[in-house]
Amino acid sequence: MDPAQSAVRLTVREAIHTLSSCKDIGLILSTLEFLKRYLGETKNPALPEEQEEFETVHYSAFLRCLVSKLSPVWLELSPDGQLEELWDSFFLKGPADQAFLVLMEAIESTAGPSFCLMKMAQLLANFLSQNRMAAIMEEQCRPQKKPGFPLLQQTLLNKVVGLPDHLGNRLQQDNLTLFFPQNYFRLLGEEVVRALQVIVDALRGGLDCSVSFVSQVLGKICIQGRQKEILDVLVPQLTALTQGSCLWQRVCWRLMEQIPDRAMEAVLTGLVVAAPGPEVLSRLLGNLVLKSKKAQFVMTRKLLFLQYQHTTSTLQSLLGYLAMDSQRRPLLIQALKELLETWGSSSAVRHAPLAQQHYLSAAILVCLAHLGEPELRDSQDELLGSMMAGVKCHLDSSLPTVRRLGMIVAEVLSSRIHREGPPLRFQYEDDKLSRELLALATPCTAGGSTLEAGGSSPAPAATEILEKTVDGEVESANSSVPQVRPQDSDSDLDSDDEFIPYDMSGDKELRSSKAPLYVRDCIEVLTSSEDMERWEAALRALEGLVCKSPEATQEVSVELAKVLLHLEERTCVSGFEGLRQRALVAVTVMDPARVAEYLTSQFYALNYSLRQRMDILDVLTLAAQELSRPGHLKRHAQQVSSGSGGLCLPAQAACQHDHTAGSGWRAVVEERIRSKTRRFSKGFPRRELANGPNEFNSVAGYFFFPLIQHFDRPLVTFDLLGDDQLVLGRLTHTLGALMYLAVNTTVAVSMGKALLEFVWALRFHVDIYVRRGLLSAVSSILLSVPAERLLGDLSEELLEARSWLADVAEKDVDQDCREQAVRALLLLERLKDRLLPISP
Amino acid sequence: MLPQSPQLLSQGRDLRLCLWDLAEGRNAVVDSICLESVGFCRSSVLAVGQARWTLAVPGKGIDEVQILEMPSKTSVCTLKPEADAKPGMPMCLGLWQAESSSRPFLLAGYEDGSIALWDVWERKVCSRISCHEEPVMGFDFDSQKARGVSGSAGKALTVWSLDGQQALQVCSTHQLTNPGISEVTIRPDHKILTTAGWDHRIRVFQWRTMKPLAVLAFHSASVHCVAFATNGLLAAGSKDQRISIWSLYQRM
Repeated sequence: MDPAQSAVRLTVREAIHTLSSCKDIGLILSTLEFLKRYLGETKNPALPEEQEEFETVHYSAFLRCLVSKLSPVWLELSPDGQLEELWDSFFLKGPADQAFLVLMEAIESTAGPSFCLMKMAQLLANFLSQNRMAAIMEEQCRPQKKPGFPLLQQTLLNKVVGLPDHLGNRLQQDNLTLFFPQNYFRLLGEEVVRALQVIVDALRGGLDCSVSFVSQVLGKICIQGRQKEILDVLVPQLTALTQGSCLWQRVCWRLMEQIPDRAMEAVLTGLVVAAPGPEVLSRLLGNLVLKSKKAQFVMTRKLLFLQYQHTTSTLQSLLGYLAMDSQRRPLLIQALKELLETWGSSSAVRHAPLAQQHYLSAAILVCLAHLGEPELRDSQDELLGSMMAGVKCHLDSSLPTVRRLGMIVAEVLSSRIHREGPPLRFQYEDDKLSRELLALATPCTAGGSTLEAGGSSPAPAATEILEKTVDGEVESANSSVPQVRPQDSDSDLDSDDEFIPYDMSGDKELRSSKAPLYVRDCIEVLTSSEDMERWEAALRALEGLVCKSPEATQEVSVELAKVLLHLEERTCVSGFEGLRQRALVAVTVMDPARVAEYLTSQFYALNYSLRQRMDILDVLTLAAQELSRPGHLKRHAQQVSSGSGGLCLPAQAACQHDHTAGSGWRAVVEERIRSKTRRFSKGFPRRELANGPNEFNSVAGYFFFPLIQHFDRPLVTFDLLGDDQLVLGRLTHTLGALMYLAVNTTVAVSMGKALLEFVWALRFHVDIYVRRGLLSAVSSILLSVPAERLLGDLSEELLEARSWLADVAEKDVDQDCREQAVRALLLLERLKDRLLPISP
Repeated sequence: MLPQSPQLLSQGRDLRLCLWDLAEGRNAVVDSICLESVGFCRSSVLAVGQARWTLAVPGKGIDEVQILEMPSKTSVCTLKPEADAKPGMPMCLGLWQAESSSRPFLLAGYEDGSIALWDVWERKVCSRISCHEEPVMGFDFDSQKARGVSGSAGKALTVWSLDGQQALQVCSTHQLTNPGISEVTIRPDHKILTTAGWDHRIRVFQWRTMKPLAVLAFHSASVHCVAFATNGLLAAGSKDQRISIWSLYQRM
C-alpha cells in the first residue's frame, strides 16, 4: 500500500474518532484545521497525492461524520462561531459534487423542522450562491475514468434538477425563496452559462471536454416544464456569447446535439418560443434538424401539425430557421407540401378546431414568404393540386372564418405558385385577422437567404434616407411658396381663410322627385319600369309606403312579397340588399299570416337559389322580431319618418317631425312643473317600458311549422341534408330564433316539442355551424317554453337532450359548441331550481 | 322691412303690395298698391330719405319695370327694353345707389338668363350680360366690391362685376350638384354667400373665393328664400312650411 494513502487514512480515522468522542473544543478545532490542509487553500497544504487521496476516498465519509455531529450543543462548544465556520468551509471548499450529494442526502434524511435541517438548508443556499453548481457541472464535463461514473452522474443529475422538489417537500413552510423553482432554475441558467464558459476556456487551452452532462441537465429541466425559467436566462446570454465566436457556437450546437432524445421536444419547443428570431435560433441550433431525427420530427411535424398554441412570431422563428440554410431548405419545402396537404383535406377542415386551422394557414403563409419562385416551381403541380382541394373544402364550410382563411391562403398561394395565369381574387372583409395574415405572407427576402441580404441591406437603407431628406427639402421649399403667394396676390386678406368647410359628403343629387306615392305604383315600377332612376326611387320609397299604408299593403301583400323575393339588382344600387330586405320585412309585418305562408312555402319550392332561400329565413326572423317587440307599430312609424329625407345634419332633423313638435309643449309643461316642484327625495328615473300584446302570438305557427316540416325531403335542386348544409345551419338558427321570439305565446309548447324532435334527428350532424344552431335552438326552447309545461309534456325529450348536451359540452371539437352546450345545461339546471320549491 | 322705419312691405300673389305698420305692436295695413303684372318678380326698394323711397316693381308690359316714388305712389318712369332685345319677363330686381352719387341704378335679371344694369334717370340700359341659360331667379350685389352673384333655374352660379364705366362682366361660374336656385343672399359683412335651392338645401359659400363651405339639408321641399339678420343669423323659408334659423360662422 502507498505510504501516502495509509497516512491519510490514519489521519482521517483519528479525526473521526476525535470528533465523535471528544468534547474538548481546542482538540476538535485543531483536528479540523489539520484535515483542512488536504483541501488546499491553507498556508501549508498537504502533498498533492495526499490531497487527491483525501478527496477521492475519504471526503464523503468525513462529511457524513461532520453531518452526524451537527447539533446546536456541539456547535456552541466554540462560542465565537469558529467551529461553525470551519464546518461550513469543509462543504464549500471540497469537491462540489460530493459535498452536494452528502448535503442532499443529509437534508432528505433529517426529520424536520429542526435546527439541523435549517442549518443545512442555509448551507445549501450558501453553496448555491457561491457558484458551486457551475463547479459541479464543469467537473462532470471533464473526461472521467472512474468506475461507476455513469451511476454517480445519474444520481447527481436527479438531485440537481430535483432540488426544488426535495427541499420543498422537506422544508414545507420554511422553504427558502432561493429554492423556489422560479428562482432556482434561473440561477441554474446562470450556472450553466458559467460552466460553459469554463469549458470554452478549457477547449481553448487544448483540453478535451464533453458537454453531455449540461445537456442532460438542460433536457431534464425542460422535461419538467421549466423551459421558460431557464431559457429566459440562457437564450439571451448564449445569443450574446455566440455572436462572432465560432467556438461558442460549436459548443452550443454540441450542447443541443447531446440532449437526450426524450428531452429534445421539450428543449426545442422552449427554444423556439424563447428565441427572438430565426437568426438566433439558427445560431444556437446549427444544423441540428439534419443531424438528429428526433429534432427533425419535432421541428417539422410536431410544432407544425400537432401543436397550435404558439404565436405567429414563434412560427416565423421556426420556419425562418428552416429557410436560413441551403441544407435545411428542402425541409421547408417538404413542410409546405405537408402543410398544404393537411390544409386541403376536407376531413381536417371539418374536424380540426378553428384555432388550429388558423395556425396552419399562418404556417403556410410564412412558408410562402420564405420560399423563392424556383423552389416553388419544382413542386408546382403538387402544390396546385392540394390548393384546389383546399379551396373547395374551405369555401364549402359554413363557418365564415374558415371560408375567409381559405380565401386568404388561396389568394396568396395562387399569386405565388401560379404566376402565369390571373391570380385568384376573393372578396372578404379587410379586418384585423386578414391584415395580420396578409402581412405574414409578404416575402421577407426575395429567394435568397436572410444572411446574404443582411450584408447588403445597410446600403439601400442609407440611400433611402438620403432620398427622404432630399424629398423633405423639396417639400419644405414648396411649402414655403404658398405661404408667400397669397399675401402678394390678394391685398384684401381678411379672416375669410379661417372659415372651415363643413362636411359636404351628403350633397348628392336629388332624386326623390320620381318616387312613386302608392304601394301599387311601386309594384308596377319594380316589375316593369325601364327607367332605372325611377326603379331605384321606388325601391327606396317602398318600406316607408308599406308602413304608412297598412290597408293598401294588405291588398297586395303576397304579390309584393313575390316581386321583392324575385327582385334582382338591375343597376348598382348602394345598399340594395338592405333595402330589399327591409321592404320584405315591412310587408311581412303588415300582413304576417299570408306573407309568411307564402314565404315558407317558397322556401321548399323548386328553382330558388340558396341566396334566396337564406333571404327568406332572414326575413322571417326579422319580421318575427319586429312583431314580437312590444309597441312595434309606433316605433316603426318613427323610424320611417326619420329615414325619409337624405339628411346631412341628422341632429337637426329630429325637430322636424310632427310628433316631436306635438310633444314639445308637453316637455315644456313638464319642465315647468319640475322646476316649481320641490322633491325631498328622488328615486331612480323610471323608464317607461312599452307594453302591449305579443303580436307574434297569433301568427307564430305560420312562421314556424311549414319551415320545420319538410327539411328531410330532398328536391332536385335543394338537399338540406346533403350538400346544402349551409342553408340547414341557417334554418336551425332561424328556428331557434323563432322559438325564442315565441316566448309567452300559446303555441310555444307545441313549437318546442317539434323543435326538440328536429334537434334530436340532427344532433350528430358533422357541420359545426349546424350544431351551433341546434344548441341555440335547445337554449331557446328552455327559455321560451314555460317550465311546468316543459316538465309535463317534454320531460323525456329533455332527459335525452340533457345527456346529449353533456356529451357535446365535453367532447365537441368546436369551442363555441362546447360553450353553448354548457349554457344550455345551465339553463336546465336553473329550470330544476325554479321548480323544486314548488314541488314539495 | 323698410330701413329706419317700423314698416313692412309685403308682396302677394294677389297682385297687391301692402305696406304694414308694425310700430308699437300694431299690425295693420296702411297702404297698398295694385300691381299690373302676374309674375314671379319681386319688387325692390331704395330708401332715399326718411319719408321718401323709391320702389321698383314689374310693370304692365311683359318686359317692363316700373319705378314708383313712395309713399306718394307716383310713377317716375317705366323701363322698357329696346324692341330688338326681347329679354322676356324681369325675374328679379335690385335698386342701388353708388355712395358718391345720388343716381339710382337698377339691376334686373331677366327670363332669358341675362342681367341688365339700368340707369333710372336716363331710362336706358348701361350694360347687359348674358349669365345663364335659364331664367335668372335671384341675385345679390355687393356694392363695396362692385361684384354680384346670380342664380338661375340651371345648375350654375355666376359671379359678375361692374367696372367704372358701368359695364358688367362675367367673372366666373360655379357648378352646383342640383339645378335651381330661388334666391342668393350675401351676408351684410360681405363674407359669406348663401343660396336657397330647389333641391331642398341651403348652400353656403365664401363670398370672396366662392369656396363651398356648407350644404344645409334640413328642409323637405324647395327652399324659397334666405335672409340674414343684423346679428348674422341666417333664416331660410321653404315650401315645406317651415322656416329654419341657422347660426353659421358667427364672427361679425
